[in-house]
Amino acid sequence: MNPSEPPSASDLSVDIQRVSKRFGDFIAVDDVSLTVRRGEFFSLLGPSGCGKTTLLRMIGGFELPTAGTIRVEGADVTDVPVHKRPINMVFQHYALFPHLSVAENISFGFRYKNFPPAEYEQRIAEAVGLVRLDGFEHRSPAQLSGGQRQRVALARALALKPKVLLLDEPLGALDQKLRKEVQVELKSLQRKLGITFIFVTHDQEEALTMSDRIAVMNAGRVEQMDSAAQVFEYPQTEFVAQFMGASNFFQATVRGIAEGFLSLAMPDGDTFSVPNPGGLELGEGVRFVVRPEKLDLRSRDLSKSGVPCMPVTIEDRVYQGISTVWMVKAKSGERFVIYEQNEKQFEERGKFAEGGTAYLCWSPRHTVLMRGETDDGAHA
Amino acid sequence: MPEETPRRGWASYPLVLPTWVVLGFFFVLPLVIMLIISFGQRGTYGGLKAIEDLGAYVTSGDFLANYKRSIEPLYLSIYWRSLWMAVVTTVLCLAISYPMAYYIAVIAPAKWKNLLLGLVVIPFWTSFLIRTYAWMLILRTEGLANSLLQWSGLIDQPLNLLYTDFSVMIGLVYGELPFMILPLYASLEKLDLKLLEAGNDLGANSPQTFFRVTVPLTMPGIVAGVILVFIPSIGQFVISDLLGGAKSILVGNLIQNQFAVARNKPFGSAIAFELTAVVLMLLFAYAMYTKKKGQEVLL
Repeated sequence: MNPSEPPSASDLSVDIQRVSKRFGDFIAVDDVSLTVRRGEFFSLLGPSGCGKTTLLRMIGGFELPTAGTIRVEGADVTDVPVHKRPINMVFQHYALFPHLSVAENISFGFRYKNFPPAEYEQRIAEAVGLVRLDGFEHRSPAQLSGGQRQRVALARALALKPKVLLLDEPLGALDQKLRKEVQVELKSLQRKLGITFIFVTHDQEEALTMSDRIAVMNAGRVEQMDSAAQVFEYPQTEFVAQFMGASNFFQATVRGIAEGFLSLAMPDGDTFSVPNPGGLELGEGVRFVVRPEKLDLRSRDLSKSGVPCMPVTIEDRVYQGISTVWMVKAKSGERFVIYEQNEKQFEERGKFAEGGTAYLCWSPRHTVLMRGETDDGAHA
Repeated sequence: MPEETPRRGWASYPLVLPTWVVLGFFFVLPLVIMLIISFGQRGTYGGLKAIEDLGAYVTSGDFLANYKRSIEPLYLSIYWRSLWMAVVTTVLCLAISYPMAYYIAVIAPAKWKNLLLGLVVIPFWTSFLIRTYAWMLILRTEGLANSLLQWSGLIDQPLNLLYTDFSVMIGLVYGELPFMILPLYASLEKLDLKLLEAGNDLGANSPQTFFRVTVPLTMPGIVAGVILVFIPSIGQFVISDLLGGAKSILVGNLIQNQFAVARNKPFGSAIAFELTAVVLMLLFAYAMYTKKKGQEVLL
């Protein structure tokens, strides 16, 4: 499965076409189109208020779109009520029924799926086993820890064998360590079951860890939809770059356009070549981003050898265990962040002193050009 | 006293003393006096007959005469009627109040909630007696209800509305409605609406979700409302007196009659004690129910 190829019709699980949602004057979701493949782990990523939860709730049927259509496995479900959709949801705070036991929570929906009552026990056992909660069947939700409740919610949704599972920030209430474990567990569970997962999160790391593809949302729109690695390595807009933790923005001018390559000039006159994404003209200004871990601090200027470098002042250095974070300031006043892997033994003073000068360099292939501001961002 | 109170030092006793004084003097003591009187006999002029030989009186079983009399068929039919009226009142109140409480707690915009709750409570500002008299004015033959029905052409002759079981029922339901709405509101207000979405998500339609999620979760409010309505309804005598006339005798009227008209205090005390015992048993059952469920006791 190649994430960058458009999916064929038979491969489609969820197909959202030009969906909008307005609440009064507020546009929560603005003309969004996206497709999710069958068996894919798909994440809607964005800050709070970006419309990701509203979009998820429309897929689940909890909100009706103001415009647009939603198809699941080829069938138009835009106006189908929640209880008739082949979709289940893991709610943000789990929404377990407090008056029912774990087993009763899991079997709540069995009768509506017309499962034969003789199979109930076995189906409950299967669901409980899936999330490794054997022996907890008769507990009430109040007697469970946060992580256990989250698993019950997952078991309850999966027990109904949905075609699509929606997850609304299900790990938000868990502590950091547990969260990491559950992320891995959830991903392997999804692979095992082959069910389409649509996952809403505001945590970029969480989305990267689990997703096959990610749609980064901002202000009701999809800014970028790509594989996890693409979104991380090649953010297309400043918003996505910033959201993925790459906040080192640079300005350059197009100096020359050759076959497949673009020659960029930095304000100080240094030039370097990058692959040509097209659509740029000679003399045009471009903004680009370089991820903090792709930046390098050098004691010598390497710009003569085609490696872009600029002189900077070291402002701060923060030791973080596996890496060191450098904060530097260019002559123009802009600040940049560099992550350096602590591969060698830690030296108390390091190679650069705070307040000292160095050269900030990066390999041209790590230059990620931003799309122009006029671009509407909603590309499939 | 809540469980989390770490110490029950001597300092807390002066604080709870008024409660015990009030309960003792105005509840326990009268109840004991009533119980003692209920074992006595009516004197010639309405007082208590002196007992000459207490030992013989007790061993002969005469002290239970009032209780024996109280289960005669004539009285049993009155209890049955009272019970029936109280049950119907409670069921009607529940059926009317649940949608109202649901609307106020769940559906109504937040800014309206206090206003709507205020409207539920406002009738309390007027004396209960006056409100019942108002119903007499509305329901009597030349009253508002009949005038409106005749004016609209629905009926030619005025209906006989007042002094019927119907008018008693209207009075009871009207009077008890707020006592059902308020506890239901308190329960529904705490309901997590995500749970209703979860019910829908798991395949239950709205009525199914209502009966499998909403009703069980608001059961404490339902039980509290039922008790708050049922108990006053079963002992009610003002409404049945004013709106039911002489035909509608409930156990409340029976007790009141024994004291005020028949001047048979011992017999009145016996029935009153029986009624109190039934009510206390119901309260006890409710307390056991909530304790078993591990929920807070709403009363």
